[in-house]
Amino acid sequence: MMNILIIIPCFNEQASLPRLISELGNLKLPEKYNVSVCVVNDCSTDDTKQVAKKLDVILIDLPVNLGIGGAVQSGLKYALLNNYDLAVQMDGDGQHPPAELEKMIACYEETGASLVIGSRFIVKEGFQSSFLRRLGITYFHWLNKFFTGASIYDSTSGFRLFDKKAIQLSARYYPDDYPEPESLVFFSKAGLAIKETPVIMVHRNGGQSSIRSFTSFYYCVKVTLAMFFSFIRKP
Amino acid sequence: MLRIQIITIIASLAFLFLVFRMVVKGRLREEYSIIWLLFTGILVVFSFWEKGLLLVSNMFGIYLPANLVFTISIFIALVYLLHLSVVASKLQKQNKLLAQEMALMKIEIEKMKEEIKSE
Repeated sequence: MMNILIIIPCFNEQASLPRLISELGNLKLPEKYNVSVCVVNDCSTDDTKQVAKKLDVILIDLPVNLGIGGAVQSGLKYALLNNYDLAVQMDGDGQHPPAELEKMIACYEETGASLVIGSRFIVKEGFQSSFLRRLGITYFHWLNKFFTGASIYDSTSGFRLFDKKAIQLSARYYPDDYPEPESLVFFSKAGLAIKETPVIMVHRNGGQSSIRSFTSFYYCVKVTLAMFFSFIRKP
Repeated sequence: MLRIQIITIIASLAFLFLVFRMVVKGRLREEYSIIWLLFTGILVVFSFWEKGLLLVSNMFGIYLPANLVFTISIFIALVYLLHLSVVASKLQKQNKLLAQEMALMKIEIEKMKEEIKSE
């Protein structure tokens, strides 16, 4: 029996959350997997909390806004505390279809990697996002190759599967804002195997990306710095 | 006594008094007050002892004593700003940890409530 915790960090996702949860409920995974869903409400200003309370989920209700990294880490801490075997991070806006989870689990079973990334770019299918964003992602691909030596195409993907080792590491340290590319450097320095599997992503149902145009320059600078410091920091 | 000397004496003593009062009222923590008390103290000393500044400037080979004052005070302000950024980073880290612990605890409390109800 494998217990999986699906962590959904939410900031103002009241519109898309019910559909996502019901889709997750209809998910058919192999017999040995036991799925729980955990919604992390990152101090939303809309009714995300009330919506989540009515659903059959574990609700982690943060008293202050911690940003995506702090929210995901809360879920991972919960997973560690309650002895989950696997944890999956998934966006609350519906751009990660629950059905794609099967592919990630299949990849995990096949490779035994500690971190499985759901990637948009290995096979060009589905929603591919804007030109500028793709340019940024190409830059991070190059940066990741430099810092981790591994060729990870979709380093900014927020659709990721953690095994027990990765959960343990992340509960101890996880970056705050824009955590995905930096945590890859951190994981690879700790000697964790990282694998990428193609998934299809769709346009968000509602809400806003945490990365908007006027902050994207800051995003690039911050993440580059964070990756550099993660690289030279002793694990 | 020079007019500028009187002004600096009054200003630095007033500043010293302000820092004292803030510590007494608990608005400034003692560990942060040390640096302020120290440098205000130095200011007070040099406002009274006018030859002192000239002496120290000559020691460093600085032509104008005023330049010594500017250089040192700007440097101290920079170091102190860095210190404050470190403090802010530490507070943010602690704040995050507290928020997470609290949120996880809320779940435990809810679970306990349910258990009590079902008994």
